[in-house]
Amino acid sequence: MAHAETGQLETSTGIDNRKLFMWLFLASECLFFGSLIAAYLLYRGQHDVPCLGGDLSACVFPTDRTINGVEYEGIFDIPFTSVSAFVLLMSSVSMVLALAAIQRGNIRAMRIWLFTTALLGALFVGGQAFEFTEFYREGLDLDTNLFGSTFFVLTGFHGAHVTVGVLVLLSMLVWSGRGKVQQKDSLNIELVGLYWHFVDVVWIVIFTLIYLIQP
Amino acid sequence: MTLADLRKRQGIEAPEADDGHGGDHGHPSAFEYARIGVILAIITAAEIALYYIDMSRNLLIVTLIVLSAIKFLFVVLWFMHLKFDNRLFSTMFAGGFVLALALFVIVFSTLGGKLV
Amino acid sequence: MATVAQPAGNPLAQALRDVRQLAEDKYSIWSWIATVDHKRIGVMYGVTAFIFFLLGGAEALLLRLQLSSPNATVLDPDQFNRLFTMHGTTMVFLVVMPLSAAFFNLLVPLMIGARDVAFPRLNSFSFWAFLGAGIFLNASFFIRGNIFNGDLGAPDGGWFGYSPLTSNEFSPGNGIDFWILGLLMLGVASLAGGFNFVVTILNMRAPGMTMLRMPLFVWMTLVTSLLIVFAMPVITVALFELLFDRLYNANFFNTEMGGSPLLWQHMFWLFGHPEVYILILPAMGIVSEILPTFSKKPLFGYPFVVFSGVAIGFMSWGVWVHHMYTTGLGTIATSAFGISTLLIGVPTGVKIFNWLGTMWGGSISLKAPLMFSAGFITMFTIGGLSGILHSMVPSDFQQQDTYFVVAHFHYVLFGGAIFALFAGAYYWFSKFTGKMLHDGLGQLHFWIMFIGFNLTFFPMHMSGLLGMPRRVYTYQEGLGFDIWNLLSTVGGFLIAASMLVFIFNVIYSLRKSEKADRDPWDGRTLEWSLPSPVPHYNFKEIPVVESRDAFWNEKYKEDEAGVVIPVVAGASDDEEEHDGHGIHMPSPSFFPLIAAAGLPVLATGLIYDPALVAVGAATTMIGVFGWAIEPATEGE
Repeated sequence: MAHAETGQLETSTGIDNRKLFMWLFLASECLFFGSLIAAYLLYRGQHDVPCLGGDLSACVFPTDRTINGVEYEGIFDIPFTSVSAFVLLMSSVSMVLALAAIQRGNIRAMRIWLFTTALLGALFVGGQAFEFTEFYREGLDLDTNLFGSTFFVLTGFHGAHVTVGVLVLLSMLVWSGRGKVQQKDSLNIELVGLYWHFVDVVWIVIFTLIYLIQP
Repeated sequence: MTLADLRKRQGIEAPEADDGHGGDHGHPSAFEYARIGVILAIITAAEIALYYIDMSRNLLIVTLIVLSAIKFLFVVLWFMHLKFDNRLFSTMFAGGFVLALALFVIVFSTLGGKLV
Repeated sequence: MATVAQPAGNPLAQALRDVRQLAEDKYSIWSWIATVDHKRIGVMYGVTAFIFFLLGGAEALLLRLQLSSPNATVLDPDQFNRLFTMHGTTMVFLVVMPLSAAFFNLLVPLMIGARDVAFPRLNSFSFWAFLGAGIFLNASFFIRGNIFNGDLGAPDGGWFGYSPLTSNEFSPGNGIDFWILGLLMLGVASLAGGFNFVVTILNMRAPGMTMLRMPLFVWMTLVTSLLIVFAMPVITVALFELLFDRLYNANFFNTEMGGSPLLWQHMFWLFGHPEVYILILPAMGIVSEILPTFSKKPLFGYPFVVFSGVAIGFMSWGVWVHHMYTTGLGTIATSAFGISTLLIGVPTGVKIFNWLGTMWGGSISLKAPLMFSAGFITMFTIGGLSGILHSMVPSDFQQQDTYFVVAHFHYVLFGGAIFALFAGAYYWFSKFTGKMLHDGLGQLHFWIMFIGFNLTFFPMHMSGLLGMPRRVYTYQEGLGFDIWNLLSTVGGFLIAASMLVFIFNVIYSLRKSEKADRDPWDGRTLEWSLPSPVPHYNFKEIPVVESRDAFWNEKYKEDEAGVVIPVVAGASDDEEEHDGHGIHMPSPSFFPLIAAAGLPVLATGLIYDPALVAVGAATTMIGVFGWAIEPATEGE
């Protein structure tokens, strides 16, 4: 049988083992993030006491609302988060441009786009960290109330996924700096890209359901 | 005997090999990717604008969901190349996504929870 | 096998090569530690799981001693709670799942005509992560003081960990933390295996092996692996949420802050119900292989059995609320799930009829594998019937939390899964060790275990219907429970005796000098075409498959009258002396072990000391980086 190394066998489906693995992994991650989002939404749906006077422990889900004509301001900073959502979205664009570059054989362009993606990703994580510290300074912690628990865990896990992605991107950059990422290795970049886009797509869902749509 | 020989013997078509290289079956160019990026940016701006506009809450929710679904589909179908790739990937990913969605809808209804 | 000459250079790379050299000697312990060979990994899974089985069994015997008479004082309530928690957790996660993993590992590549799984190092990682987690979980026994004084530290929240019982308030101490982190690590191990086998089965079948020509065991592995891949993330989230509640005072299940215990139950059972099908489908796959061989007939209605297995996989997502009927969800929810639970009995029933149809009119050989398989069918059917009784909401209101439920799940999990796993052990033992298990001893094992099993668990139907609750450390006299409990305890010791027979059989058979034939049972599937034990490269040449029951159809053809006649053997390839030259197999690697080893350290650090978290995380990262950088096969 004509093969040399594992992973380069002719496969029964014609698909590379690692690509099949990555898609299966992403499907599994739908369940993971789905559960986290569900916990958040479920608790939000059941408790809608407004935040009064900035006392976070008195309320369960501090979001913008108007009650009896009185406007209560929630804890989210929509303009700030919108910018960071935009940053992550653009990082997906740079990611796919990196892939397109290596598929054309343009290693130099790939490295520029990979670096851009890592930079934008790091910016996003930085933005998250800033948001977290702002909330913390306003008195919101994991143990403050249901919102604190569900919000920090959901966005924390997402941020951790982005961080892992940034580390992988930087590793690919270092690896390519040693000349070890060539056009024939484009699958590796494709796999990193799939992960990266998925993490972006999860943020699209989170941004809409948690930040923009509020009770 | 290799897989290729067997296929020849049995007269079967090889499954379309997914080699990740720039094949010419609907592979978007860098320019097209950039264009999609612009569309994504515009949709995001629209979502944020809508957030501040005074409108019926239900209309806002539906519109935001539709807009984010469009962004989701652009990224998944084009950036993740699902539109052009082997059906098996779409089946797997859709399977996971639909399962997650269905399960949590059922949980919400049993717990009598309000989603929004 | 000599190493390929490498240019001198990077001292790290040289060190790596030296270390790999250690693992090249097939008989050294290093070769076992660094192995990526699915057969060796399968053996390690099997042996480890069996040891945990004995441990879980010992825990059960202690419980049975305490329950053998009313107001006994063998165990106090605290010890009782810890032991039944560990018994359940061990049996589900450290015994049945890893035993299934053992069979997946040993058989799937052989049955599909592959040389190994898709990701051999990931496979190794799965095993080491499992071992580390199992040890970590059991280490909890020792954390509260002197266990010889009776101070046990193990978790005591039941294998299902309901909140708010598992909160800090009601479960102080670290037992539950060990439970949570142990299960998280086991989840990682199982997930890795699940991904591996789905990709292997979809992608690495021999030429000509279409999906509908795969052995049924491979189909069941595929469905089980898909269930693992989708169910594990849900319990992972639930466990993290509980962990954060306990470590950082989060409020996921804190009722005072609006948290809901029902959320835990939903998440746990959303995982938990597919989990029980994860436990039983591999066993059904094993039986589906054994019955045709011992009836000398193909599996009756193969497409129906496949389709039923797939249907069970899908439907298993739609029944979880039947574990929650008594939580006050309301008639609509409970009756909807009552209907779906009844419906899932249908594909299961289809399989049972197909197994019976396989044996009907066949030439039955009453060897040990068949006896255990017949035991599986009968005992699993009984367990399935009590399950159908549970599916009706009103009757479940009486049965919930009584011993009737304990009877049900032991009939399906012991009478079902364990019997089938032993059937598989007797069937395939010779393929991997080169020695046959003694059949007479196997029959003895079977009968003692069969009688002991029924004596242990049948009376639980009675005590359950009489109202004996679950998870109680004792009961009063005069309630009618006494005789049934006594019978159960006697039965438990009979089961233990049967295990001694099995262990003796294994040791005795391994020490025999008589080597087994490569095909002692006249098998139907590809693994029987290989020498016993199987050479490390599996197949000298990957076979070309032209039908279902590929090996059987190589051996036998039907003449014009439809009579089965053996194919005249052509010049046979002598596989014996092939040294694997020219076949590139994946090289052994220590990195999966290193990556796995960091996890229990990290877990310990989360409970006791943040410095350990850093050490564990660093170890895992080193393992992962090394794994990513090293070539899969020497010479790349």
